[in-house]
Amino acid sequence: MPRTRTTDPSHATEKVARPSAAAPPPPTPRRAPRKVRLWRKLTPWLFLAAPLALLIAFTYAPVANMLAYSFTDWDGVSPELNYTGIDNYIEIFTRPELFRVFFVSGYYLAASAVQIAAALYFATILSFDIRFRNLFKGILFFPYLINGVAIGFVFLYFFQDGGTLDSVLALFGHESDRAWLSTSTSANISLAGVSVWRYMGLNFVLFLGAIQSIPGELYEAAELDGASRWHQFRYIIAPGIRPVLSLSVILSISGSLSVFEIPYIMTGGATGTETFVIQTVKLAFQFNKTGLASAAAVVLLLIILAVTWLQRRLVPDERVDLV
Amino acid sequence: MTTLTTPAPVVRRRVARTLTYLSLVGASVVVLLPLLVVLLTSLKTERQMADDSGALTLPDSLLNFENYATAFRDGDMLAAFGNTAFILVFAITGTVLIGSMAAYAIDRFTFRFRKLVVALFLVATLVPGVTTQVATFQIVDSFGMFDTLWAPIALYMGTDIVSIYIFLQFVRSIPISLDESARLDGANAFTIYRKIIFPLLKPAIATVVIVKGITVYNDFYIPFLYMPSDDRGVISTSLFRFKGPFGAHWETISAGAVLVILPTLIVFLLLQRFIYNGFMRGATK
Repeated sequence: MPRTRTTDPSHATEKVARPSAAAPPPPTPRRAPRKVRLWRKLTPWLFLAAPLALLIAFTYAPVANMLAYSFTDWDGVSPELNYTGIDNYIEIFTRPELFRVFFVSGYYLAASAVQIAAALYFATILSFDIRFRNLFKGILFFPYLINGVAIGFVFLYFFQDGGTLDSVLALFGHESDRAWLSTSTSANISLAGVSVWRYMGLNFVLFLGAIQSIPGELYEAAELDGASRWHQFRYIIAPGIRPVLSLSVILSISGSLSVFEIPYIMTGGATGTETFVIQTVKLAFQFNKTGLASAAAVVLLLIILAVTWLQRRLVPDERVDLV
Repeated sequence: MTTLTTPAPVVRRRVARTLTYLSLVGASVVVLLPLLVVLLTSLKTERQMADDSGALTLPDSLLNFENYATAFRDGDMLAAFGNTAFILVFAITGTVLIGSMAAYAIDRFTFRFRKLVVALFLVATLVPGVTTQVATFQIVDSFGMFDTLWAPIALYMGTDIVSIYIFLQFVRSIPISLDESARLDGANAFTIYRKIIFPLLKPAIATVVIVKGITVYNDFYIPFLYMPSDDRGVISTSLFRFKGPFGAHWETISAGAVLVILPTLIVFLLLQRFIYNGFMRGATK
């Protein structure tokens, strides 16, 4: 490493409190001995060593490897692999059975719309004065905290022949002994319903937090002006939660594309409920098609990055920058 | 019967209020009913399950805990809770140390490549872990961590950018004058981190511990992928294995599910406020 002069702005210094950013930098002290200066330069890196090592090992290295594998026919085990160019990508977009899983995401996207609407409704009414508010808030949020496998079993029982749902319908005089998970459409709708049940609470709490951070005087002023509840929602609440709303939409879209847990636990991807991630996992770990699975994962990653980028362009939020 | 005439706006408001409460009660029923039915099922005997009385009937005795014993014993739930606890302790400790160190270095020092380091952490938040497992698997395997408890621990520690973010916000709110007065007393950077920054991060640490704890406790994908052995089950994967041997024994499966949900419920009731805030902060990073 070349020796740098102490006045060199690029060398490591510890942050100093200054009255304002515009204030001139404090005069540099007399040159510290070389050893001390080296230590000072190293200090931040000593703190960053472990975090950066883990970040590179478990995020960046996998992404780089995945890109490399996606152009090969590697099976993940054998020492030999051949470069196949973009064959894997062509296969994903041309083999109908590989492409079909994207349509399953449609069910979850539709469910996300229902979920966000419901979350918005409950967040709005619970931000006004309601009896048992905390109880309702807790009930609506709790599903989000439950273990996914437990949820899977709860709803396997819920949808099975003569299970919870059939019993409830029988109470209302609708005798049906259906296996809800036995046809593709009804299974996908059922599973998407479970994901609404599970994730609605998170959106609801996010919206509630955003609504409660709107200053109360606004409502009071609106009340004085005789604004109705609907007008208060339309002109005060809706603009106030726009950033959180757009974040929820993004999370929902990327979530709908990477659904894995609930369908895998409940149906294992049978009867046309296979999602993109289930298929990728099966390709990689059951059929040893690491190359093809990597290409599929790269496609998914690109889609998610594109959606995120689009959202940043459409709804520029005033993010506090890290630096 | 006497009818009181009430003015129209009042009637309308009353109807609106009633409908509001009805919708809340309806939603609560939708949330609670599937869970309550599973609780009831877990208390039923095998014979009662066989006579096909329907899902909504009450069990013969509300104190029949036999299924819980079966689930706990035959489902290896004790080992599962042990493994989960082990992973929780190491993963959470690691996350807290790593997150706070990274936040301290990024906020309190200016050094070459600082912007690059920050960008690396930021970009990593955009990569969903689900997509990269195909290649992560090879890396974990090459470290010799496959089928050990260290695989999930390393992954939970190494891929948690949200925690670093939470710590950053907190470190920034600690006045730099504290660091400086300590430095005048002859403290070096490590002492400042250990004696000043870390103790003041308590609220952030509490948030990270809770959010991370719930996330790790519930995770299924990573243990399922990296720890296939029977004796390496965590609560998610052990419960998932109920599917085979207990095939149609819904009373046992239900008991297992209740066993897994119960700790979450207790933690939620005790720490409600922290949990709401933690997940809010985590999601709107």
